[in-house]
Amino acid sequence: MWNLVIESQSASLLGFKLQNYLITKLRNSFMLHLILFSVFGLICVAGAVNLLLQRHPINSALSLVVVMGSLAVEYLLLGAEFVAAIQVIVYAGAIMVLFVFVIMLLNAGEEEHSQGSHVAWLLGIPGVLAVTVIICWALVRSEGTAVALGVTPEASKAFGNAADISQLLFHQFLLPFEVTSILVLIAIMGAVVLAARPESDRREG
Amino acid sequence: MIPLSYYLVLSAILFACGVTGFLIKRNIITIFMSIELMLNGVNLSFVAFAAKWALLGKSNPLSGQVFVFFVMVVAAAEAAVGLAIIIAVYRTRETLNIDQVNLLKL
Repeated sequence: MWNLVIESQSASLLGFKLQNYLITKLRNSFMLHLILFSVFGLICVAGAVNLLLQRHPINSALSLVVVMGSLAVEYLLLGAEFVAAIQVIVYAGAIMVLFVFVIMLLNAGEEEHSQGSHVAWLLGIPGVLAVTVIICWALVRSEGTAVALGVTPEASKAFGNAADISQLLFHQFLLPFEVTSILVLIAIMGAVVLAARPESDRREG
Repeated sequence: MIPLSYYLVLSAILFACGVTGFLIKRNIITIFMSIELMLNGVNLSFVAFAAKWALLGKSNPLSGQVFVFFVMVVAAAEAAVGLAIIIAVYRTRETLNIDQVNLLKL
């Protein structure tokens, strides 16, 4: 009987140790999440500001790639693996390649400053800064946004994998999905029509 | 576990950078990139709210991510058409400066 008591005591001790270990691990994972969020958030904001400061469009395009890459990491932190993959493939891959391609094709040089751009600098930046500060203040203050987000092991199974998203996409959002395909088709035709050389031009050349 | 407001503040900053770029830039392509930056800011808040929805145990917590998918499709279509328009404008005007593109007709 004493053996049993001692065993149960050691078991509870083991449980206590396990609990402690889990708590420290949870705290460490919180720190890891916060560090990753801050580092990639800072990279993201730095890329966005660099986009504004650069004068040459190719530099702006490359800093936009940096912004999109670090946003993909933020999506991973939120547990949205599918969106993160799509962000890298479609946004940072396809769309930005299109941008760089057009910049190269048109041989775009540095932008010139004009009367209008000085007015925009003087009025635009203070206005946008003020609006940003007000929005951030409101977001931080309001109680609904204080919910802590993160990936728990159970949530990561149910949240954000491709199978679940396709389930939703092909059942509940089937009509919007099909309409998007028509939209893309029209966009392709529009791009071909707009970018093709006019008939008169082609005969001369 | 990071508060939702952090993500929303980051997305607000990105959106504001996009608006600023839209206002101060004079190159059509860079203005177009600023629009993409705004779309990215909105996408981040969509995903953050989807995560909040999942945490609260609501039904269909992935709707926000499906919307991000739709935003990306529309952004891709918009980039294709917009860049074609930029090429057409450059062919007729020989410039990318929007101060010199002040007529609707090509």
